[in-house]
Amino acid sequence: MASDLHDIVLVVNGTRYQRGVEARLLLSDFIRHDLLLAGTHVGCEHGVCGACTILFDGLPTRSCLMLAAQANGHEVITVEGLATGPDQLGPLQQAMREHHGLQCGYCTPGILITMTAFLAENPSPTEAEVREALSGNLCRCTGYQHIVDAVLAAAARMRG
Amino acid sequence: MKPAPFKYIAAASLDQALTLKAEFGDEARFLAGGQSLVPMLNFRVAQPKVLIDLNLLSQLSGIVCENSASLRIGALTRYRALECDQHIAQSVPLVREALPHIAHPQIRNRGTMGGNLAHADPASELPAIVVALGGRLRAQSMRSDRWIEACDFFLAPLTTTLQADEMLVEVRLPASAKRSGSCFMEVARRRGDFALMGVAIVLTLGVFGRCNDVRIVLCGAGDTPTDVSDAASGLIGRTVDAEGIDHVAASVQTSIDPPGNVHASKAFQRHLAGVLVKRALGVAAERARHG
Repeated sequence: MASDLHDIVLVVNGTRYQRGVEARLLLSDFIRHDLLLAGTHVGCEHGVCGACTILFDGLPTRSCLMLAAQANGHEVITVEGLATGPDQLGPLQQAMREHHGLQCGYCTPGILITMTAFLAENPSPTEAEVREALSGNLCRCTGYQHIVDAVLAAAARMRG
Repeated sequence: MKPAPFKYIAAASLDQALTLKAEFGDEARFLAGGQSLVPMLNFRVAQPKVLIDLNLLSQLSGIVCENSASLRIGALTRYRALECDQHIAQSVPLVREALPHIAHPQIRNRGTMGGNLAHADPASELPAIVVALGGRLRAQSMRSDRWIEACDFFLAPLTTTLQADEMLVEVRLPASAKRSGSCFMEVARRRGDFALMGVAIVLTLGVFGRCNDVRIVLCGAGDTPTDVSDAASGLIGRTVDAEGIDHVAASVQTSIDPPGNVHASKAFQRHLAGVLVKRALGVAAERARHG
């Protein structure tokens, strides 16, 4: 079958991009290979691991379960869009670092994205709520305890 | 792990979507939330020639309180919208109770009710719920517009009565009646994973507190949502007590033939069905007494 090409316009981390994409190109691959934003990781490619989670119009979404063509006219934020400035970590990123919330780091971008949206919606979560919100992100290194510690610490810091 | 080539069309109107489906039939698939279809594309289990994206059709999403007796839910309504909606919480608490069990928050931000039902996964929660509630599903095509009883909709795993040119466009659910109570429970290996067994119960009491009607539907227990209401027929006309509930749980266990899988043997699934029915029936009856 001849490739089916689509012109798309979207905003990623505040920058507007216009690109031609093949219909079957996944949004995760578009972000990594076309926009060269390799912070979004690809783990399972069927929506189970959560490593590819991005904010799609503000909501955490699996970028491996969307087509790039579907992002036409929408806004995406990837992990690169979370830092407050060059070499400056956001409060959640800082807490992850202080509490050893990552080891190999593969799951970290998806967790940062998911927890950023979660804390915006629920600024004072209980530990149980944090664990439930984390249920869609697999981490094979940490056993989750340090991630939970980091999220609770970030929540406290962000409340001021 | 990349989809095979297909032609992608973002439908600009319902008519366009239905015309395309009529033209391409089984070679085309509708793309709603994509949370089940895209994994199938990535695995190449599904290789449609044409994908008709419905996400621009905002008229297909929304929750309308038709009157005090029923709700109409557009097929493209996302789980998150259902989870946040007051009408859903008040009028069909069974749906609200099941939503946190449906996959993970990231999936619920995107997945849709219609997509879920049309996908017809036998382990999925919503098919069992619409059957337990006695819901009706509306299928539209360029040549027809019909309502299908939820109990007639599911034929086999991933197979429904929808014809090759039809689209599931909306769902109508009856609002919970007076003196009725419902309960959804499931057991999964991890919150959001596929249910090893799940149960949806709707129970209605008469004015003297005796059971008037009870619907019990299991997910994960067979090829389609498994209606085991017959196992509870002994409750009708009686006060729902512990002895009656034990009897129903035991007779549900003997009436099903669960498939078993790598995470749960047939025997364990049967055990779970009994435990869940016992617990959920108690809760539903208690809610009905206060409802």
